Amino acid sequence: MKIGLIVNIAKALMLARFKQTFIAAIGVVFSITMFVALLGFMNGLNQLLDGLILNRTPHIRFYNEVKPNPNQPIDLSEKFTGFYNIIRSIKPAASRLSIHNNEPIIKTLKEDPRVLGVAPKISAQVFYNVGTIDITGVINGIDVEQEAALFAFEDYVTAGNFMDLKNTANSVILGKGAADRIMAELGDVIQATTAQGNRIQLKVVGYYQSGLGDLDNVQSYASINTTQKMLGESASYITDIQVKLRDFELAPSMAREYREIFGIDADDIQTVNAQFETGTQIRTLISYAVGITLLVVSGFGIYNILNMMIYEKMDTIAILKAIGFSGGDVNKIFITIALTIGVFGGFIGLFFGFLAGLGIERIPFETEALPTIKTFPVDFNPKYYIIGGIFSLITTYFAGYFPARKASGVDPVDIIRGK
Amino acid sequence: MGLKTHQLKNPYNDNIFIRMKGKPVLEAKGVNKFFHSPVKTQVLKEVTFQITRGEFVSVMGKSGCGKSTLLYILSTMDTDYEGSLWIDEELVTEKSPNHLSKIRNQKIGFVFQFHYLLNEFSVLENVMIPGLKLDQKSRQELEHIAMEKLKIFDMQDHALKKAYQLSGGQKQRVAVARALMNDPLIIMGDEPTGNLDKKNSDIVFNIFKELAEEFHQTMLIVTHDPEFAAGTDRIIEMEDGYIINQ
Repeated sequence: MKIGLIVNIAKALMLARFKQTFIAAIGVVFSITMFVALLGFMNGLNQLLDGLILNRTPHIRFYNEVKPNPNQPIDLSEKFTGFYNIIRSIKPAASRLSIHNNEPIIKTLKEDPRVLGVAPKISAQVFYNVGTIDITGVINGIDVEQEAALFAFEDYVTAGNFMDLKNTANSVILGKGAADRIMAELGDVIQATTAQGNRIQLKVVGYYQSGLGDLDNVQSYASINTTQKMLGESASYITDIQVKLRDFELAPSMAREYREIFGIDADDIQTVNAQFETGTQIRTLISYAVGITLLVVSGFGIYNILNMMIYEKMDTIAILKAIGFSGGDVNKIFITIALTIGVFGGFIGLFFGFLAGLGIERIPFETEALPTIKTFPVDFNPKYYIIGGIFSLITTYFAGYFPARKASGVDPVDIIRGK
Repeated sequence: MGLKTHQLKNPYNDNIFIRMKGKPVLEAKGVNKFFHSPVKTQVLKEVTFQITRGEFVSVMGKSGCGKSTLLYILSTMDTDYEGSLWIDEELVTEKSPNHLSKIRNQKIGFVFQFHYLLNEFSVLENVMIPGLKLDQKSRQELEHIAMEKLKIFDMQDHALKKAYQLSGGQKQRVAVARALMNDPLIIMGDEPTGNLDKKNSDIVFNIFKELAEEFHQTMLIVTHDPEFAAGTDRIIEMEDGYIINQ
């Protein structure tokens, strides 16, 4: 009942200055709309750009690095224990690139509940023979289905069907840049030479375009079997094991764990792509800063209007106090006005923000670099709507707080005697 | 008091009023008041008096004698004074502002020179507001009570009009009805007829007279209209901050 009375008085005061109240609410609507649309758009872009790298990067990659053996013979000699042994001009051991015992490793990984999927891979250095010229490149031997399932491989195959890679023997999907340089059309047969000197004929079944020019000039894809055959290796030969996790935050600790167990190198996504995280954070920070600035500006609008209302309604405040309203009650009335503006403005703002998001999502956005994108990306994550809603309440509360405090401090005697 | 309670019939359950007649409603003891700007001046000097239940008292004096200042101290709105003040035999000096608000709401009714109605609300709502604030009865009951109060002043036909649609005299009548809403212990008025023409001022005076005679309402009215004062039970005369006659 008491709350009802305070709300009634707040309503009457707002209706008495309807135009100003309405304008204050429009300020909130506008800022919340911009806040939500801006964050949605910014984060849509962020996800797109991060996705360019992160979607296709395994969370953990297992491989054998070419490096000197850490256990040199002199360290094993009893005669020299207790000495600092300095060996100059040390060379990497002739260790193999392939991962030993990879089948049990893959089996173990697949059984780990934290792991979403495992995809084996072979990296092979090749020369594409174009007439008398050799162009360097890398052919990745992949498990086509796993690669598509875990790393959205098919999204980046811009011409041809990615499944042909599995279904057609000795086929290759060329990087768009590489294909342009060796002038290979779909269906052409190209010749490549491996680093070991093996020659092989490969049929072009598609183009691959990631959006990163340097990558597309070099990278091409073939099936694992084709690559093994090309290298003259057995069916157990693989050089990389790529792992995708359910929660990629676990990558560093899991990489460390399995590095110990398997005795091979393991890189996690955070270490390899630290710069992307940083970029994303800064872009998010900027969009929040702009959004909050808008809200604060609209907060000043509300502050102004409430202040004016208090000057105009001094008599009302004085009489309310004379007939028994306490300072706290008067305070509540003005806070109610501010919050009403905040709630209505915020709610309509969120709705318009959603519409703005839908609008932005329809704007065509076509670029060579991003073959899979046709329109601007927008992220409709409810998180931004919740943050926008909460911020609209907080700013309007504070915009109302100071005028309300002033109103609650009005001395009715001053007003009534002043007449 | 030879009156038998069952003989009385009016909206107040005034057997209580009659029985309690003679009890002090308002008591000021040694009240001093200073204004600090521009220079320190004493506007009230050792003001001491008592009002008992059912009295219709007027405070007279020239402009600047401190009568309005006294009223605002008595009303609990001005707390910056020396001395002590009792309302309904309760010491209110030094009480918290929230407590004073409750006392004003429940025990004091105000009528000012200007009506101070809330233009945004209807006449009925204006009268109801003190009751809604007190929050002891349902809205329906309060509406009924407010309507009864308006009937006393023959204003029931205007109940649903907005406050600004009334004439000056009508507004003041509504303001008195509002002051009566919570059946206050005492009604305080600061020149309630000061802003009205002769005709309306007579109407308002008759209202007060009626309240005093029929309902035994305790009232303290500040005025500088001798005609008004002459119609009251008791006149407190003030000069230069002193009570010179009571």
